[in-house]
Amino acid sequence: MSITLDTAFELDPRVSLRTEPFGALAYHFGNRKLVFLRHPDVVAVVRDLAKYQTLADTLTAIGVHQDRWPSFVSAVESLHSSDMIRVR
Amino acid sequence: MSANTLVAQLKQGIDAPICLTWEITYACNLQCIHCLSSSGRRDPRELTTRQAKAVLDELRDLQVFYINIGGGEPMIRQDFFDILEHAEMNNIGVKFSTNGTYINAANARRLASMEYIDIQISLDGIDAATNDAVRGVGSYALARQAMDHLREANFGQFKISVVVNRHNVDQLDDFKALADSYGAQLRLTRLRPSGRGADSWNDLHPTQVQQRQIYEWLINHGDTVLTGDSFFHLNALGQALPGLNMCGAGRVVCLIDPIGDVYACPFVIHDQFKAGSVHDLGGFTHVWRNSDLFLSLRQPDSAGACTSCGNYDSCQGGCMAAKFFTGLALDDPDPECVLGHGQQLLDLATVKLIPKPTMDHSRGVRLSTPRPISVR
Repeated sequence: MSITLDTAFELDPRVSLRTEPFGALAYHFGNRKLVFLRHPDVVAVVRDLAKYQTLADTLTAIGVHQDRWPSFVSAVESLHSSDMIRVR
Repeated sequence: MSANTLVAQLKQGIDAPICLTWEITYACNLQCIHCLSSSGRRDPRELTTRQAKAVLDELRDLQVFYINIGGGEPMIRQDFFDILEHAEMNNIGVKFSTNGTYINAANARRLASMEYIDIQISLDGIDAATNDAVRGVGSYALARQAMDHLREANFGQFKISVVVNRHNVDQLDDFKALADSYGAQLRLTRLRPSGRGADSWNDLHPTQVQQRQIYEWLINHGDTVLTGDSFFHLNALGQALPGLNMCGAGRVVCLIDPIGDVYACPFVIHDQFKAGSVHDLGGFTHVWRNSDLFLSLRQPDSAGACTSCGNYDSCQGGCMAAKFFTGLALDDPDPECVLGHGQQLLDLATVKLIPKPTMDHSRGVRLSTPRPISVR
C-alpha cells in the first residue's frame, strides 16, 4: 500500500523500543528484525504514532517543521515495510 | 544520520548490549577441535539456576532484546528449559546454539511450542566425513537427526550454523541447498583461533585464495545468509558485505561465561579481556557500563600497523581475537588480512608467544592431535 500523510499508524505490539544516545533501537520479536532509529525526533514520532489521527497530526504535534516531513514519510515507509509499524 | 555516524556512535558504546552471548555450561558431549571455549567438563562454579534467573532479570531490566545461549552444549544443563522459560516470561528472545544431540522428538515439540526461541544447529560439513573430522565421530548424524525432529515438530525456520574452514569452503552451495530443503536459514561464521581453535587454526583456517571465494559467495548471497557480521575483514576485497562491519566487542556485544565472568566477546576467553563478573557489586550492569576494559574498547581505534594501508576504513583491521591468539598485537593487521599483511608479520616474527586461553575445560583425551604452536 502507499503511505501518505493521512495514514493512521501504530507501533506493532511485538516491537520493543529502547532509547539510546543516538535515538533508539527497535526490535521486533516476531520477525527478529533490529532497526536503528537514528534521530530522537524519529523516536518521538514512532512512539506517538497511535496517539493521533494521522501521520501528519503526529508530525504537527511533535513540532516537526513541514520542510522535514518528506524525510519522515520515507522513514515511516521503511518502518512499515519491515513491519515495525502497521496501519490501524 | 549517515551509516558511518551510527557506527561511530555504536563504537562509543551503548547503555546495554544489543545482544550478548551467554555460555551456560562448559560441559559438552562433543570435543570439537575448534571449540572457542575449550569446552568439555562442567565447571563446579557454574551459575546455579537461581543465579542464572537473576542474570536474566537484570538483562530484562536493561531491555536486552535477545541473548545467544551457548556452551558447551547448553541442553546438557538439567535446568535448560527452566532458563529458556524464564527468559521467555521476561520477553528476552533466545537464540541457542546446539550440536543437536538432545533434540529428540519430545524436546523438539517443546521447543516448537515456545515463541521467542531460535535454534542454531552446528554443522561443519555437508557430509559426515567433512563434519566429523572437526566435530567428532557421529556428530553429523546427531545434527541431522535434530534437524529432522525439528522439521517433524513444525518448529519453523531453524538455523544451520557453519564455521567456514579450509575443508568445507567448497560446500557453501551445498549447505545453502541443505538449509533450503529444511526451510531453514543458513548461518556462516568465521573460524577464530580461540580456545581449541588455536590448536587447529593452522590446519583449518581458509587459505588466501579461499578468502576471496568466501567473500564472493557472501556478496552473491547477500541478505539470504546470516553471518553474525563476522567477515568484515574481507571487505578490503571490494564492496562492503551486508552488516554494520565493525567489531562489537565490549561496545554492542559481550560474553557471560558459565561461571559468570564477563568477557568482551565469545572469542576472547582470556584474562586480558575479562571485564568483571556478574557476581561483582553492581552486577552485570556495572561491568557493562564502568569496567576499565569496556571503557577502553570504546575509545577511538588506533589503526597501528594498518595506518599506511588505504583499506583500514573498510576492514577495520580485522578481528581482535584472531590477532590476539595468533600472537599479533591488537593494532597489527588481521592474520587473515586479504592483502597478506598479517601473514607477513607472522612470517617475520622469530619468537612470538601465543597466549593461551585462561579457561580450559577440555577432557583429557582429545579426538585429534593438536599441533604444537605455542612458540613460533
